[in-house]
Amino acid sequence: MTRTAWIMLAATWTVVVLFAARFFLKVLRTPPREDD
Amino acid sequence: MTTKEQWGTRVGLVLAMAGNAVGLGNFLRFPAQAAQNGGGAFLIPYLVSFVLMGLPLLWVEWAIGRHGGQHGHHSAPGMFDVLGGGRRPWLKYVGVLGLFTNITVAAYYTYLESWTLAYVFHSVVGTFRAISPTEFFPRYLGDAGGSIFALPHEALFWFVLTLGLNVWVLSRGLVKGIETAAKIGMPLLLLFGLVLAVRGLTLGPADPGVVQSPLVGLNFVWEPKVSGLLNPTTWLAAAGQIFFTLSVGMGSIHCYASYLKAKQDVALNAASAGWMNEFVEVVLGGSLIIPIATAYLGLAAVQAATTGGSGFSLGFLTLPTLFNHWGWFAPVAGAMWFGLLFFAGVTSSLGMGQPLLAFMEDEYAMARRKAALLFGAVVLALGFLCVWLYPGGAFDEFDFWTGTFSLVVFALCEAFIFVRIFGMERGWAEITRGADLRIPRIFRGIITYVTPAFILVIFLGALIQPAGEWVAAFRGVAAGEGWPLAPGSVIGRLLHAGEADASWFVDGRPTRALVQDATRTLLLLVLVGMGLLVRHAWRRNRPRAG
Repeated sequence: MTRTAWIMLAATWTVVVLFAARFFLKVLRTPPREDD
Repeated sequence: MTTKEQWGTRVGLVLAMAGNAVGLGNFLRFPAQAAQNGGGAFLIPYLVSFVLMGLPLLWVEWAIGRHGGQHGHHSAPGMFDVLGGGRRPWLKYVGVLGLFTNITVAAYYTYLESWTLAYVFHSVVGTFRAISPTEFFPRYLGDAGGSIFALPHEALFWFVLTLGLNVWVLSRGLVKGIETAAKIGMPLLLLFGLVLAVRGLTLGPADPGVVQSPLVGLNFVWEPKVSGLLNPTTWLAAAGQIFFTLSVGMGSIHCYASYLKAKQDVALNAASAGWMNEFVEVVLGGSLIIPIATAYLGLAAVQAATTGGSGFSLGFLTLPTLFNHWGWFAPVAGAMWFGLLFFAGVTSSLGMGQPLLAFMEDEYAMARRKAALLFGAVVLALGFLCVWLYPGGAFDEFDFWTGTFSLVVFALCEAFIFVRIFGMERGWAEITRGADLRIPRIFRGIITYVTPAFILVIFLGALIQPAGEWVAAFRGVAAGEGWPLAPGSVIGRLLHAGEADASWFVDGRPTRALVQDATRTLLLLVLVGMGLLVRHAWRRNRPRAG
């Protein structure tokens, strides 16, 4: 793998994994809102 | 008249939505599209398209769905009717696309899904040790005799079995059926993908049959070709990939979201489901077929196999043979690979079934089990045509007109209706009501202007796609050479461009052109028929509404 390929892979994976994990964890931790 | 069903858990909803989005394209189409359109550079327009078009469209569809559900409508015709406040009766006919697309895509998609189930079986029993998939596959489809017809008994068996499984899950209801399937299917899909990716990427020279490092394949996917960033073809391919990977423009997201309560969040749930799809596509999808195939076949063969931006031949024709190098693990690997494709498929096809069930339950007070059987019967009838006329091109026609074109048309319409008719003021309030995620206000402007513009560009791109590069086509026009219409474009297909003879019969025998035109006519009739069904339902339920 070239250095630029590694950089693209690392940067993209970081963005995708961070957002996917962050939002999914937030879903797990936030209880569903009930209707009034 | 209306269903009282609701999602059992929030995680179940997000997994069902993510499962609806994750499909075979995540593993077969994405890596090939990335590799053929600028490599790592493809990921820049890809992520830009996700943020400017994908995420906003998810929020719009979730919001339309939840809003419709509050008015007792869980399928697109009713949801669009209430978007106009009942003052624009034509809106419900736009929503017909949200029924039509799901039913017609389910017809060919369930057939495709059944191939993966059949391949799980054949991987386990060792079929691909005795016969090459390139020999097996055409025989399996009955596509070996040069005829436009096929009646493959085994393929029909697996199709009926897969459809039966879908009908059974749908008949169990939202929580016991769809949610349970997503809770089982999605974790298994992730597990299988991770195991195969680790095994594939750790292949080394000492492993039998390996001719090149799998990292050469990974490099093929990720090496950025900066010139690609300046190429409109790359941007169009990236936007198209984002559009089709998220299952937007179908009506299934609307339907699932309609089972939310009025103040339950859509902002965070939609973002979570969308990013989960991206994780499966970018991290897992990009690490499987191309690295493994490169390790055993070399980069040149993989480059040739992915020309055109599809990894289908690698996934179905090449990988089953390559797994044979993995000794005792080969049948397990085959079962895992096609198993993950099956889970990706079934969680999507369930999303295609639910809108028709919801429509029949809401508008005709039909029992769920009966509605599930009706869905099965319609898909069986339409899907049989895809099986029977597969060699004649019916499957491809379904794929293009319903799985590609119809989605873009529906998304374009809904983006316009949401912003201009429902109104962005109410739209933004709908998206942010009960939100557990603060959406930056800039997205209000993006949804109003940028997202519709993105979809319009994809629509126009499909309409007049040139043969070759876009830049070259524009230069040709400037030089007075005319527009080189691609045979695969919408207009090109309608005109049978690139075909020497578009006659329906040659020497008294039906041709592919006849199958293509007949399939298009049939799809148009199905669309009109669904429009009439919606008209009948509205007259039946609201006789004084005019």
